[in-house]
Amino acid sequence: MQSAEEKQAPQGWKRIGRAIMDAALVPVLAIFSAIIVGGVVIAVVGGNPFAAYLGLIQGAYGSTKAWSETFVWATPYIFAGLAVALAFKGGLFNIGAEGQLAFGAVATAWVGYALPGMLGVELPAILHIPLAIGAGMLAGFLWAAIPGALRAYAGGSEVINTIMMNYIALNITSFLLNGPMKDNNPLNVIARTPEIAEGARIPVIFDGLRVHWGFPLALIVAFLVWYLLWKTTFGFEIRTVGANPDAAKYAGINYKRVIVLTMALSGLLAGLAGAVEVTGLNYRHELGFSIGYGYDAIAIALLGRTHPLGVVLASILFAGMRNGATRMQFLTQIPVDIISVIQALILLFVAADAIVRYIYRIKAKEDRLVLTRGWGG
Amino acid sequence: MSEKKIVLDARGITKQFPGVLANDLVDFDLREGEVHALLGENGAGKSTLMNVLYGLYKADSGEVKVNGENLILSSPRDAIYKGIGMVHQHFMLVPVFSVTENIMLGAETDHRATPNESPLVKLDRKEVAQKVKSLSQQYGLEVEPAAIVGDLPVGVQQRVEIVKALYRNANILILDEPTAVLTPQEADDLFRIVHELTTRGVSIVFITHKLKEVLAIADRITVMRGGKVVGTTTPQETDEHQLAAMMVGRDVILTVEKEVAHPADDVLLVEKLRVRDVRDIETVRGVSFTVRAGEILGIAGVQGNGQTELAEALTGLRRIEGGTIQLAEKNLTGKTPRIFTESGLAHIPEDRQRHGLVLGYTVADNMVLCDYYKAPFGVNGVLQQKALDENSRRLIQEYDVRTPSPYVSAGKLSGGNQQKVIVARELSRANVKLVVANQPTRGLDVGSIEYIHKEIIAMRDRGVAVLLISAELDEVMALSDRIAVMYHGEIVTTVDAKSVTREQLGLWMAGSKVQQPAA
Repeated sequence: MQSAEEKQAPQGWKRIGRAIMDAALVPVLAIFSAIIVGGVVIAVVGGNPFAAYLGLIQGAYGSTKAWSETFVWATPYIFAGLAVALAFKGGLFNIGAEGQLAFGAVATAWVGYALPGMLGVELPAILHIPLAIGAGMLAGFLWAAIPGALRAYAGGSEVINTIMMNYIALNITSFLLNGPMKDNNPLNVIARTPEIAEGARIPVIFDGLRVHWGFPLALIVAFLVWYLLWKTTFGFEIRTVGANPDAAKYAGINYKRVIVLTMALSGLLAGLAGAVEVTGLNYRHELGFSIGYGYDAIAIALLGRTHPLGVVLASILFAGMRNGATRMQFLTQIPVDIISVIQALILLFVAADAIVRYIYRIKAKEDRLVLTRGWGG
Repeated sequence: MSEKKIVLDARGITKQFPGVLANDLVDFDLREGEVHALLGENGAGKSTLMNVLYGLYKADSGEVKVNGENLILSSPRDAIYKGIGMVHQHFMLVPVFSVTENIMLGAETDHRATPNESPLVKLDRKEVAQKVKSLSQQYGLEVEPAAIVGDLPVGVQQRVEIVKALYRNANILILDEPTAVLTPQEADDLFRIVHELTTRGVSIVFITHKLKEVLAIADRITVMRGGKVVGTTTPQETDEHQLAAMMVGRDVILTVEKEVAHPADDVLLVEKLRVRDVRDIETVRGVSFTVRAGEILGIAGVQGNGQTELAEALTGLRRIEGGTIQLAEKNLTGKTPRIFTESGLAHIPEDRQRHGLVLGYTVADNMVLCDYYKAPFGVNGVLQQKALDENSRRLIQEYDVRTPSPYVSAGKLSGGNQQKVIVARELSRANVKLVVANQPTRGLDVGSIEYIHKEIIAMRDRGVAVLLISAELDEVMALSDRIAVMYHGEIVTTVDAKSVTREQLGLWMAGSKVQQPAA
């Protein structure tokens, strides 16, 4: 009996190892291809691609400070990337992370600056931080549940509805930050909330570096999402609805409820991205603080093959590129915008994986990444 | 006969797909005016060969001669140009177009004097309709040029496909599983048409896996197995058993051995059930019947007479409009699939890839698709991987599922093994009282069919009620203790399986009135 067990173990690990290799193959080759093409672009505009990439790597991962800043960038990417990836697993395309994130940030900021005043007491951090973050999660959860319910019970495409709701969310946010929630410090002219209370702030990990405990939290949440999806019965339901809604019905799964909850949980994660940015980094919500995290998250989820581990790695890569770009520009005068080109190329190669497979002569796999069933599917 | 000219000659056709050698040095020839049947199980390589001949696939090696001319067919357009026409198993017709429009589609008459004239000219339907009429008279293929294809019965749609090929001057016709969707009467009609066509010099390749048809219609028979040609023979030289043995490589029992049934109490009680289909048309129109413990009730009928909706209603997948469903003395009218399952239903669904499996999931995951939430598989909302593994290893062995490991995704298994995964999952569940098996052996190889039939009978013998729905009349007749014939959403009659003939059932399936009182 024991020997049989021993025989099984390496087999299992080997299997997992091969699965990771298979999953990582296309993304890694896509990144590689994008770097090559990006290098050609840099050379064509008269730069030295080697110097540029060296500057990029130094700026991103070359020092303790560089790593710290990369992790700061990576934190919202991980949360938002997980949000999009979770929805993909459930067969849903959440383009609304941007709006869910904005509402999460607004709710968190409000709890952060207004709650002590309303209650008339300073809250201890142990209470105030969870309350503030919880408010952001709840806001994202509820906001995303709406397109989820529209999809489940009225057949409305979540793709269209989440895009629409982004505009609604961003305009309401703009109204709130310019009006009722505006920082009324007489010196302030921009649309932003007051600073949140000291007690609502996530502390930094090391003095002198900006990286805060939100980053380890993001890693824990990534693990929890993985556990939810692959180890729980509810995760089984989400994946079944995503992979084959007809089989889900057949299996007795209440797929409408699963759709609403998947969307809502995706929104919760996006809301968390906003909440952690407010409590860990900015200490307030400011219009235009999210420079498209919700959209980058789609690229990150795709590059990470909608797997939490992949999302973490893709986030650190994207964060590094954003972070290192400044140093690259400083050293080589190559504009930071080249980073957007490279990121777009990566996404292009990942999304159109047939190109990558063709270039590198990889045999087609049967099981393609199933993302969404599209219209009412 | 054998002196006739060879119109189509394929030599040494080899076609490799990832992991499968679909055609291995296949030789196949077709003589003028003959019906050459290509017989083989699913996956034997028949369709691959025909797709090579029709220019849909490019062979890795080998050569094709049409009328003695060496050809490289790189698209169906080439094949059509050379006079090869194909009627696919799934018709390639536009349902909202008229017969004429469908026939001219892709072969619109060009009335422009020079290519520089505007391409936006009026479609000349009249001329085409005229030609369609003359073609259909010439070959005895009755079709109404102005009819909308979607309104036509399947048999007539098939005729439209044939006329379409003839319109393109085809003198070689490939018919891919042409009788799969037809009633026995419609099939007879088709045979008459095929005969008519051959007397006028059209040569026909008739692809099928039905032995009786082959013997009835073919001049020559070529049997394929595992990508190779096993042999070529004629109906005079062979019989059903020999052909079956050639197809599967061993002798098969064509009849199912079973003991006499000992039916007991009513398990499934259906009363005045009414169901609408996706188009919101009532396709089950007041159906009542019972299935008793320890018996198999077979539902015979041509596909599309309400069987799909009936099965979905009986398993909770489709909302019902009226009537009641009682399973094991519990009223399950309007309940969800989960409650049906928990009340003792095992469901082998019609479309195994759409409903029965998640193809991207491992075999192990698929084997708990309906029970993942219950102990021992789900405890406090957490999946128990160990229980999943043990369960799948046990079922793989018990039900002889051929898979390299439980962790292979179900999509990588053959059709027969996919079906075995479903059968294993459904029949092994504790406390099964009713099995609803809808097309349980569709598209499977003979070996798997035999196996699944045995399992279904074993369930019956254990005192489980079985409702079998199948478009294969032979299957219904071989397995059932009682047979209900479904036509146009109603159960026309229910008879004792032993006291009815194939011909009689065929007539009822085609809608003729019941003369004798139902048993």
